[in-house]
Parts: sequence; structure tokens; C-alpha cells
Amino acid sequence: MIGIEHYVVVSSILFVLGVLGIFLNRKNIIVILMAIELILLAVNLNMVAFSAFLGDLTGQVFAMFVLTVAAGEAAIGLAILVIYFRSRGTIAVDDVNRMKG
Amino acid sequence: MIQAFAFYLFAGLVIASGAVTILARNPVHSVLWLIVAFFNGAGLMVLVGAEFIAMLLVIVYVGAVAVLFLFVVMMLDIDFAELRAGFIKNFPLGIAIALVLLAELVLGVGAWRAGAIALGTPAGDAAPLLGESNIENIGALLYGRYLFLFESAGIILLVAMIGAIVLTHRGSRAARGQQDIARQNARKPSEATINTRPEVGQGIQL
Repeated sequence: MIGIEHYVVVSSILFVLGVLGIFLNRKNIIVILMAIELILLAVNLNMVAFSAFLGDLTGQVFAMFVLTVAAGEAAIGLAILVIYFRSRGTIAVDDVNRMKG
Repeated sequence: MIQAFAFYLFAGLVIASGAVTILARNPVHSVLWLIVAFFNGAGLMVLVGAEFIAMLLVIVYVGAVAVLFLFVVMMLDIDFAELRAGFIKNFPLGIAIALVLLAELVLGVGAWRAGAIALGTPAGDAAPLLGESNIENIGALLYGRYLFLFESAGIILLVAMIGAIVLTHRGSRAARGQQDIARQNARKPSEATINTRPEVGQGIQL
């Protein structure tokens, strides 16, 4: 019998995989963005599972808002990546020090 | 029975493809495995009856975001071998942090199974189901109780679109031929056209 615990376990494993992806590919910002998308997928899965579990559709509505923000974030992130590559010729993010921060 | 089989299939595939996404050498393969992960995540959502979010996931992610990623990965001429240089060096730290997070999540689920913390009784204002299907219910919620949030999501998408265009738009207008409206308006027929009577076979000098 599949219960809410199964969904929680799957989404936690997916979330941890996303965090691991950020740490493993510290230089490659494209893979970092993809790992963030994985994290957001895990969050959405959790929200949808609990929405079905509690019989309250609000979780699915908020999963939709998370999806919206994730799409905007991917678009802006890739745009910043493109202009960064144009000016520097590389996307290695571990030596981004243009703003001296 | 078939539900359990479908769940384990989708769950196994979503975790496996998520793992390959972060471990693949070639970012193009990463994007393709990300698409597989989103398909299987959508399958998991269909299993609990959230077909609208599942379809949205496939359309928005596979149709737009993953294609955007593919486009950027293939358009930029990046030396990916150099970017993977720190992969082994970062491996222990990444595994350690992932294990800590996983242990915390397992602790949370275990504590919940051992008897959750009672946070009080629900106020009884859970969103009522207004329609027949999942899509109808979500539509009624979005255009009813969450109308303001829905419109704000539209504004966020608009800002993201304008931002992406403004960021990547190349500013050098002269290269593309700039329109000078004052010069256009000041132009007269007498300056723009000339009457000549060239000799046969000579041509004219402009």
C-alpha cells in the first residue's frame, strides 16, 4: 500500500540529490541551475502529495505558483549566464569577483 | 497492485534520472535526464489525482524550461572539461552535507510516524471543492480565493520576460542601422532624386 510516507521519502531523496548537485558541480552554473530545478520538483511533489493526502487543493495551487517562480528564475538565471559568458568567455562561477564582494 | 507498481516505477526512475542529472559529464545529457526526471515526477503527481499540475509540469518544464537550458548549453561555447576540475575535490563535502540533510529528513519523518506534534485543530476553512474534476476545482480556486496571487504570478512572469530580454539584448544599435526620424522628416524630394540624361553605355555617377 502506497502512503504519504512513500511520497515524502521520494521527495526528500530528490531534494537531497539537488543539494548534492549544487555542491558537486560548484563551477558549472548550468548544472547548478538544473539542481535547483530538481529541488523545486521535490518541493512540488511534496506539496501535491500533501494536498492529495489532506484533501485540500491549496497545495496544488501553491505548487503552480512555485512552478511559475521556477520558470521565471530559470529564464533570468540563464539570461545572466549568457551575458556573463559574453563578457568573460567562461562560466566558471568560483572565480566570479567582478563586484569585489 | 498496479498503483504500487506504477509508483515504484516512477519513483525509481525519478531518483535515478535525478542522480544522473547531477553526475553526467556532458551538460546536454544532464538536461535530457532532467526531462526524464520531470516526466516521472509528473507521473507521480498523476497517481495521486493531480493531473493539472502534472500536465503543467510537462508543458512548462519539458516544453519551455528544458528547451531553454538545451538552447543555452548548446549556444555557448564552453569548455566543460575544465569546469569539472573540482568535481572530485568537492565530492566529500557534498556527500557529507547531503547525508546531514537526509538524516534530518529521516529524523523528521520518523518523529512524525512516532506520533506527530499536535498543532491544534484545523479551522475548517480548507478550500471547498467546487467542481467535478481536478482542473475544474483548481480553476475555481485560482479565479476565486487566490485571484490576487494568480494575477501576481502573471506580473512575475511578465517581469521575468522583460528582464531576460533587457539583459540579453545587445545595445549596439548602430550595427543594425539606426532610424533617425528627424533626418527622415527633413528629407525633401529635391535632395532625394536627380534627373540625368546619361550617354548610352556610360552609366551614371551617384
